[in-house]
Amino acid sequence: MAVDNDTVEKIALLAKLKVNPQKLNDTKLEFNKILNWVEELSEVNTDNVLPLASVNDETLTLRQDVVSDGHIRDNILKNAPAQEFGYFVVPKVVE
Amino acid sequence: MSEYVIETEKGKWEIVCGLEIHCQIISKSKIFSGAPAEFGDEANENVSFVDAAMPGMLPTLNEECVHQAIKTGLGLNAVINKYSVFSRKNYFYADSPQGYQITQFEHPIVGEGKITVDLSDGSSKDIRIERLHIEQDAAKSIHDLNPTKSYIDFNRCGVGLMEIVTKPDFRSPEEVGAFLRKLRSILRYLGTCDGNMDEGSMRCDASISVRPLGSSELRQRAEVKNVNSVKFAMQAIDSEAHRQVEIYESGGTILQQTCRFDPTTGGTKFLRLKEFSDDYRYFPEPDLPPLILSDELINKIRDELVELPDAKKSRFVSQLGLTPYDAAVICENKEVADFFETAAHGRDAKKVANWLMGDFFAMLKKKNLEIAQSPVSAENLGKLVDLITHDVISGKIAKDVFEIMAETSENPEKIVEEKGLKQVTDTSAIEAIIDSVIASNPDNVASYRAGKVNLLGWFVGQVIKQSQGKANPALVNKLLKEKL
Repeated sequence: MAVDNDTVEKIALLAKLKVNPQKLNDTKLEFNKILNWVEELSEVNTDNVLPLASVNDETLTLRQDVVSDGHIRDNILKNAPAQEFGYFVVPKVVE
Repeated sequence: MSEYVIETEKGKWEIVCGLEIHCQIISKSKIFSGAPAEFGDEANENVSFVDAAMPGMLPTLNEECVHQAIKTGLGLNAVINKYSVFSRKNYFYADSPQGYQITQFEHPIVGEGKITVDLSDGSSKDIRIERLHIEQDAAKSIHDLNPTKSYIDFNRCGVGLMEIVTKPDFRSPEEVGAFLRKLRSILRYLGTCDGNMDEGSMRCDASISVRPLGSSELRQRAEVKNVNSVKFAMQAIDSEAHRQVEIYESGGTILQQTCRFDPTTGGTKFLRLKEFSDDYRYFPEPDLPPLILSDELINKIRDELVELPDAKKSRFVSQLGLTPYDAAVICENKEVADFFETAAHGRDAKKVANWLMGDFFAMLKKKNLEIAQSPVSAENLGKLVDLITHDVISGKIAKDVFEIMAETSENPEKIVEEKGLKQVTDTSAIEAIIDSVIASNPDNVASYRAGKVNLLGWFVGQVIKQSQGKANPALVNKLLKEKL
């Protein structure tokens, strides 16, 4: 599997990253190096191996349905770049 | 089958539609944090550091949300998956501080199921459920406080959601409407979601495509987002289908796209093309291991399930003798069904159903009350029916008694006693009235005897009037015929 420059641009867009056009080709080569390295795994025969969700064998611990948090608005809003009336204020994001 | 066909000069078309319904889970706290899952509090009051996605915070799964999803799955006649996995759905938007939504992707908690819907022509149809998975809700954005800014309230962020996905089984807006009402009824019976579409606790997205009638192809679909009532959902599907037919017939093509229903025009509005925006790059949630359910838990929840609308409806038909239509109306709402059962206990259930669906519903509507606020209790409605059944009062007087009950919440027996409304079944008392009516109307008596038999009704009316409505009409009829 190899990616082209268009794919790199698309991934950058989804990740909200700016890629310098001069570096696009280098980035592509780096991507492909990593992909080729991961590709080595396909040499292993996994025909009879179930997918593994985690190497950690723990089961999911459930929490009881009790209210134990919240009502810390000042702390929640502390790092907000802008706030008003208790809301976070952000540039208009209407679709 | 109720047929829905879009017919133009050029041809006949049918629709293919599937739904995704987001249902807010009823729980005290959020799905992955201990903050309250309350609606309507002040902005950002019900937010924890987990919901705000502060660095280092970890999600912990709320067991009640899991139980509610299992319960709902059972209510949808669906397979419960004992192994399910949480995934991250990545997207960048101001309503998600994490930058992703924790949801389930390849392994949902509930698999295939079905809901049977009843249609207006008396037929019914099975709508297949594809899956149900649990996930977190996003924050609420407010766009009208400022011309250049959006205001974000994270109270809703992290509230548990069940996303229910149907197969593309809908062929008419009516089927969609019937399905949404049925689903809402089931959720309310189960107590897993309040089903209030106007408050956004149940939200519906519809995928719609059209195809020439009778063909089996699947064409490109458009998704209509967030319609907030059953009526709007039906309108949105109808207008989107017509829009697509027009485009095809004028030689155009439909691109995969997202639209929004506009209630003011009744039409759908183009929102965006589905290209980049929907590349969600799902991967398994590293903070949560797979969810494993035991048979014991699933069976325990199954054993505790309440009687659902379909089962209740067939019991009302087979055991209480209601018509399927009456039973369906009464069973749509659990409070109504419970009220009916109390009122009908030990009585003629059909008579009780007639009173409930007639005068009683009319009274609630007029007073703009929910059934829980009714001034007439179930017991008292039942007693009123008893008074009619046992010939204590006539059906006509019963309507007056009911009016008084609606105003005073009184026991009907007491009202009848105090106002002296008991039906006169004493033959001699009625005969006395008949005699006086006959004596004072010699002309009509002569006409009647000369063959104008339809005057009998007039005589009956006179006698009942003189008895102030208390004379038993059947008895009056019988005695009048004898005397005349």
